[in-house]
Parts: sequence; structure tokens; C-alpha cells
Amino acid sequence: MFSNRSIFAAAPLAVAASLAQAQISDGVVKIGVLSDMSSLYSDIGGGGSVVAARMAIADFPTKGMKVELLSADHLNKPDVGSSIARQWYDVDKVDVIVDVPTSSVALAINQVTREKGKAFLVSGAASSDLTGKACSPNTIHWTYDTWMLANGTGNAIVKTGGDSWYFITADYAFGLALERDTEAVVLKNGGKVLGKVRHPLNAQDFSSFLLQAQASKAKIIGLANAGGDTTNAIKQAAEFGIVKGGQNLAGLLVFLSDIHGLGLDKAQGLIFTETFYWDLNDQTRGFARRFAAANSGKYPTMVQAGVYSAITHYLKAVTALKGDDGTKVIAKMKELPTDDPLFGKGTVRIDGRALHPAYLVEVKKPSESKGPYDYYKIRATIPADQAFRPLSEGGCPLVK
Amino acid sequence: MEIFGIPTQALFGQLLIGLINGSFYALLSLGLAVIFGLLNIINFTHGAQYMMGAFCAYFLLTKLGIGYWWALAVTPLAVGIIGMVIERLMLARLYKLDHLYGLLLTFGLALIIQGLFRNEYGTSGIPYALPQELAGGHNLGFMFLPNYRAWVILASIVVCLATWFMIEKTRLGAYLRAATENPQLVQAFGINVPRMITLTYGFGVALAAFAGVMAAPIYQVNPLMGADLIIVVFAVVVIGGMGSIMGSIVTGFALGLIEGLTKVFYPEASNTVIFIIMAIVLMIKPAGLFGTQR
Repeated sequence: MFSNRSIFAAAPLAVAASLAQAQISDGVVKIGVLSDMSSLYSDIGGGGSVVAARMAIADFPTKGMKVELLSADHLNKPDVGSSIARQWYDVDKVDVIVDVPTSSVALAINQVTREKGKAFLVSGAASSDLTGKACSPNTIHWTYDTWMLANGTGNAIVKTGGDSWYFITADYAFGLALERDTEAVVLKNGGKVLGKVRHPLNAQDFSSFLLQAQASKAKIIGLANAGGDTTNAIKQAAEFGIVKGGQNLAGLLVFLSDIHGLGLDKAQGLIFTETFYWDLNDQTRGFARRFAAANSGKYPTMVQAGVYSAITHYLKAVTALKGDDGTKVIAKMKELPTDDPLFGKGTVRIDGRALHPAYLVEVKKPSESKGPYDYYKIRATIPADQAFRPLSEGGCPLVK
Repeated sequence: MEIFGIPTQALFGQLLIGLINGSFYALLSLGLAVIFGLLNIINFTHGAQYMMGAFCAYFLLTKLGIGYWWALAVTPLAVGIIGMVIERLMLARLYKLDHLYGLLLTFGLALIIQGLFRNEYGTSGIPYALPQELAGGHNLGFMFLPNYRAWVILASIVVCLATWFMIEKTRLGAYLRAATENPQLVQAFGINVPRMITLTYGFGVALAAFAGVMAAPIYQVNPLMGADLIIVVFAVVVIGGMGSIMGSIVTGFALGLIEGLTKVFYPEASNTVIFIIMAIVLMIKPAGLFGTQR
């Protein structure tokens, strides 16, 4: 996108700069990390996502291309998120917004980005609607989604005998999507859903909901929530003797930071699905150590790793295109295969879904762990072509 | 047997859970009521002080190896002293001004304290183990009651009633109440009113810290644990009548119960029901259920 101002501003530079820079709006690629910086999801994305973005920019051979980084807090409120996005796009000339945990906010920004013809790389949000009925030619959903979580975790649990479920669901876009996608997997595999209860976001006390789940006598209590809600529910379930009573918990969306907060004695044995774990290979370990050094010792979650990986691929597409027009860059990103040290080789599909393998993990016993952040055993690797929802089932209008 | 499609057994369980949450509301709103009733300060730092209580227990355990029971005694003292320093250095300058200034100062302090803790400890929370003596629980037939939760109800009732007794029935309480009505006159009788006010603020803060220690084993020790609770607790105080000691205790428990029932019949509304009640009470009885017009 050219504005008059940007042409004049770029003119003196154009002599020295390569042709590539002349097509970049304002001569600068501006990346905005929009995340929850202060509330329950800020350990999942938050400041760590900014660290990951900074590392991605530093690691990329920009060859003189100017890249700037901005960040802001959307407070988990869709209205706050969309007004920051508008300000960024219109006034600050931001080219791409990255991360955005909280599905309701991400869905709002998905809309704004499309209106403005910019680019949106989702790492933090989960709703599979972002590549389903709400899919957009300006959005790529990078790290994970509710369908993938439901499919990975739900399948594994139903197949090992957990065939009756009760859902404790966070009452907003993300929780409802996660519950819907998991319920579909349970029913498809011959299981049944005995009941569900919806709790407000950021509920402190789960005892009432746990008691209802206990009374349902379901074998599996599915926690369709995230962050502090999940950790509080798991902690209080132990207190009410739920697991001792023969019921099992399924954390449908659990992050490394949650396990760190819970401690292994409370979290051991939990099974869930992630697309990134720092201890996969030498490259992920190397990244995690560098990241931790810059992030007060905290290791990266899959959301933060996703920010790194998505920005790397974005910069690759900008370089190949020699321009940063949002719609064109996203199209280019879908054209180029993805390849980075964290998620390995993969592709981005026409509906905006990035495809890479997913890992079914089990939390180690305290005796098995060598120290902080040594938390997971990889039980199974789900290949990229099976980990995500088939293209035909999403109902994305871009798929013809 | 069923009531509105919910088995009575399940209902008993939910009522008991409501009572447990009500214990926290009562403890916290009591501290607020003491501070407002006697100092006329709307203490918005209360949530942060509750959080500091939980963190203090955590520090005592991890840094000094001091367990839960000692923490229950030491923490209110330590956080209470911090509260008294805040009162002397900052709040004491605002007594002559409108309530609003105290509210703004304490609100700002709360944001600063929470921000500092969040910066250092993130938002995932830190685990704090249940004390060994209170691990496990009993099957009551209609529900499994963890021993710790039973202890929460018991301790909260004892602390609430002791506070009420001290303020309403003892000589010290009489001095306090008199100092609120007419500080000059009480001072003229040779009582050090500023010191009494400082101690009262410290006591209110200590109640918040006590609730924080009680909460640590149940919830994650989290920099934001007080931020959400404080709004609800304020609603409790408003419903009970600003500054009414008994009002805040009774309403704390009662609203816990009502919230518990909402979680069964219409869980989606469980975080708004208290505010709906607040709005209704304010329309019908603006001074609150137990309050008197000043």
C-alpha cells in the first residue's frame, strides 16, 4: 500500500536501497505483537511473545530491510483489540499483527485486518472458526486450533476407554468452539456426552462446577478452558478427590506455563496435545535456552514459539515478494513451503491453516523429571496431514 | 427427591460450597467495612493486600521454611505493618478530603502493587501445598467435603464473630466508634486518636492478609487473585451497608450461598448475580441492608 507520504519519504533512500525496499510501505516492515500482557493469558503469550518476535527479527537475514516491532495489551476485550488494530493500521502504518490470544479478540481483528487489506498471523487464539466459516484471505492461523486439540486429545482418550464425558467450559468463543469440536470427536468414536456446564472467563472457584461434574458420573471431565482457569480447575479437582474417585480429567488446552504453575505432583499423568515442545531436538533446545535467557528464565510455550515461526515465514514471504501488501504477502505465505527450526517443514493451506505435526504428550511424574521445564513425555506424533481439520470440513468460503 | 430438576443431594452440596465462598467474601468485606466504618476510607488496595497475604505465606514457606500454621499468624502481622506504613505515609494526609481521594490513592496503589508482583511472578500462579493436617476429606453422603474447606468455614466464622464482638461490645471498640463520630472530643479525653486509626487500618489489612493465607492452598498464589475478587467484595459491602460490621458478615455468607445456587441453575450468570442484587438493593434501600443513613 502506497501513500503519497511514503513515496516522498522513500525517495531519497531509494538511491542507496535495493528495489525491494522501494515497494515496502513507508520503507519499513512494521510488526505489531498484540497480546494479553497483564491478565490470565499473559504467561502463554504476553511479554514472551514479544521476546519471540524480537528473536525472529534478529535471526532473519533482512539484508538491509528495515523491520520494526510494536506491542500492545488487548486486555482480552474484543473492542479494545479492534480499536488498537485500527489505530495501528491507520495511524502507525503497521503491516502485520501477530499472536492475539483469546478467540473473541482474534475474530474481531480477523475482520478489521480483512477490511484494511493487511496481514494477521494468529498464534495465541484457538477457535477453529478462524480457518472455518470466518476464514479470510488476510489471516493465517499458525500454531494450533480447537479442532486439532479435540482431535489429538479426544481421540486418544476415547480410544483408551474414556467414553463418557462431562464438559466444564469457559463461556466464550474459544471454550464453546473447543467443546463443540471435542464433542464431535467423542461422538464420532462412539462415546457419549453426559452433560456440560459453562463458567465465566477467569472464574476463581471451580468447586461448584466440579461437584456437578462429579455427580454426572462421567468417566472423563473435559476442561474446555485455558490458562488460570485450567490450573485452578485441576488443582481443585485434586482437593475434591475427583481423580481418586475414579474420574479422569482431560485438559483440552494446556500450556507448558500451566504445568510449571501447577507443579508436577498435581499435573502428573495429564494427557494433552501441543504443537511445540522445547525438548524435541537440538534446534528447539537451542532456541528455548536463548529464549529463556531473554525471558527471565521462563521457557517458551507453543504460542510463543508460534510467534517466532510465523514471523520468520512472513519475513521470508516479504523478501520473496519484495513488498509488504497484506493480501499479497499472505498469498505468498500460502505458496511458499514453511521451514523453520521450531516447527520443521510444513505448508499453509488455502483456508489459512498452517500445517505441521502435533504431539500427544503426557506429564511426567516428579521422579521422572530432571528439573524445571522437563515436564513432557511424547506419547505420539500426529503427522501434519492428520493433525488438522480436513480442508473440506471447515466450511471456509475461500475453498472452492 | 428433586427441587426444580436438581436432586436435593446435589443442592446441599452446592449450598455448602456457597458457604465456603461466602467465608472469603465475609472475611474480606469485614476488613473493608472496618476500614470504611472507622476511617471513612474506601480501601481499594484490599484485593492487593489479600494477594500479598497469599504471597507472604508462600515466601515464608519457600524462603524460611515456615509452614502454614505459623504463616497464619505471622502473615497478617507482616502485611498489617506494611498497611500501617501506607496509612501513616499516605492515607493520613487525605482524611480531611472527600472519600474519592482515598479511593483513587488506594486504587492506584493496588495497580502498582499488582503490577510489581505480575512483573516478577507472571500470571500462571505458584502452587502452595495444603497443610498435611488438613489433607483429605470426608464423605458427607451428599458430597465429598475436603477437610481444608471445612476449616475455612470454621476459621472464617470465628474471626468474623470475634471482630464483631471486639468492635461492638468491648471498651476498645467503643473508643474506636467514638473516635469516628467525634475525634476531637475523644482526643480531649487523652486518647491518641491518630495511633488508634493507624492500628485500625492495620487490623483491616491484616484481615485481608489472613484471607489471603486461607486462600493460598485452594487457589493458585497469583498476582491477580485479588483483582477480580475485590469488585465482588465491594458489591458485598455495598449490599450489606457501607461500614456495617454485622451487615458485611451476614451479606458475605448470604451472597456466597446465592452465587452457589446460581452456579447450579444458571451458571452463565454466576459472575453477575451479585451485581444484579446490588442494583436492586441500591434502588430499594440506598444505605444497604444493614446500613443507616448518615
